[in-house]
Amino acid sequence: MTGTVSRDGGSPAATPVRAPRRPERSKLAMAALGVGPYLVSFAALFLTWHLVAVYGVQSVLFPPPTTVFAKAGVLIANGTLFDNIWASLQRIATGFFLGSALGIPIGLTIGSFRFARKLIEPWTEFLRFIPAVAMITISVIWFGIGEESKIFLIVYTTIFIVILNTAAGVASIAPNKLRAAQSLGASKWQLFALVALPATVPFILTGMRLAMANSFTTIVAAEFVSAQFGLGVMLWNGRMFMLIDEIFVALVALGMLGFTADRIFRFGIYRFARRYSPVA
Amino acid sequence: MALIQFEDVGKSFRTRKGDEFTAVRDFSLMLERGEFFCLLGPSGCGKTTVLAMLAGFEAPTAGRILLDGKTIDGPSRDRGVVFQGDDSLYTWLNAEENVEFGLRLRGVPRKERRATARRYLDLVGLTGQQDKYPPELSGGMKQRIQIARALANEPKMLLMDEPFGALDAQTRGIMQRELRQIWRATGSSVLFITHDIDEAISLGSRVGVMTAGPGGTLKEVIAIELEGERSRTDPAYIGYYARIQETIRHEVDRAIRQSAEAA
Repeated sequence: MTGTVSRDGGSPAATPVRAPRRPERSKLAMAALGVGPYLVSFAALFLTWHLVAVYGVQSVLFPPPTTVFAKAGVLIANGTLFDNIWASLQRIATGFFLGSALGIPIGLTIGSFRFARKLIEPWTEFLRFIPAVAMITISVIWFGIGEESKIFLIVYTTIFIVILNTAAGVASIAPNKLRAAQSLGASKWQLFALVALPATVPFILTGMRLAMANSFTTIVAAEFVSAQFGLGVMLWNGRMFMLIDEIFVALVALGMLGFTADRIFRFGIYRFARRYSPVA
Repeated sequence: MALIQFEDVGKSFRTRKGDEFTAVRDFSLMLERGEFFCLLGPSGCGKTTVLAMLAGFEAPTAGRILLDGKTIDGPSRDRGVVFQGDDSLYTWLNAEENVEFGLRLRGVPRKERRATARRYLDLVGLTGQQDKYPPELSGGMKQRIQIARALANEPKMLLMDEPFGALDAQTRGIMQRELRQIWRATGSSVLFITHDIDEAISLGSRVGVMTAGPGGTLKEVIAIELEGERSRTDPAYIGYYARIQETIRHEVDRAIRQSAEAA
């Protein structure tokens, strides 16, 4: 949120959104300045891990990053790492977009019509407290051990948080925004499409970002139970066969994937919907 | 025929406790085409309710309001509104897109829209600011966008609800002077709500003073006959000020006595 404080803060003076571009710095230098702190921070993380593993714990149960990366190299070379990552990502992507595509219109309806809210809310408020991981067993019974059960779980974990945020977004539109449009001659449809919807976009995107994090949790748990490939399978097999290094490879992969997915999402928001501030 | 006729207009609400609360009662007034009418009154007198009913946001519970002889039934592009705060601006649109919003609703072609928006941005002194988004603009500039947005839609009338109330004194003075110039240049009809006597005298061709609420109504209407640029040191101006202040003080005293008796 730090990037938006200056935009929405009370300061009446024309606050620039970003510092003005300094022409004397090359694009490359700007990019380095932008990414630099991240790289330093990551390096520090791995260094700490290394120090703790090599000089602190000193156990095969806590391998240092060098060992883990060496193992990752092997798993990349024989293709298994990418097979597993690809399997998990595909499930997340399908379920996430399907869940969002269903959740957004439902959320808009709940937020727009009091009657719809009363009608739908008992469903959403009941179901959203049943965690997706609790639905794993029944979804396998219903949809089998194939992709369908996993995608169902990701949809399930995505949809409620998207609904909730979307509805909250609609409910928090300043009444004067709608009144102003009415005084300018807006029809009911225009009020929705040109005022309510764009005003809700930041909330929808926030809901989707939170849902993305949920999807990572859920997919791992779902793959524990039934899957051929996937990062969850790697973790589960690692426990069964005491493949500590592989467990660590999967954990690091999850962290990196989640981080990257979130960055892509943020970049997407910034690039395509910056006008729909705020971008956290 | 007058542009606007309020005929014994009243507005009551039912409170949460179930009591009836009257915000406005027996409000009658005629507004002429091209006049700048300032509705002045202490806070809680119901002046914003009067504007909300004229805008069509709220329906009167008694009497009726006519525009060009026809009963007002909901908001329409006849009556452009400028709100006190900046929360009516579309933060996802830049200044130009905000100003042309009404034209876009009517399907005016893009090129024509742009040209109109630029013209009105120039009129309110925002030349060159068309690409800025509302959060990047100062309070005064945001109110200018609101005024340009309302004017660009060419309403029959402009309704302004304490539009400068949230601005600092300096900016407010500048905005008042410019609004008066815009009014003279465009010949718009304006209903301007304020609780500031100076603002009412500086801007209005007539000033309507309301009684203290609850259940406020129009107490008196004063024509301000001051030519050209209005100066606060002009003896005639001071005369108007003293007269209006006396009326308002009387009203506030009465309201305080009443609520003391009620308690």
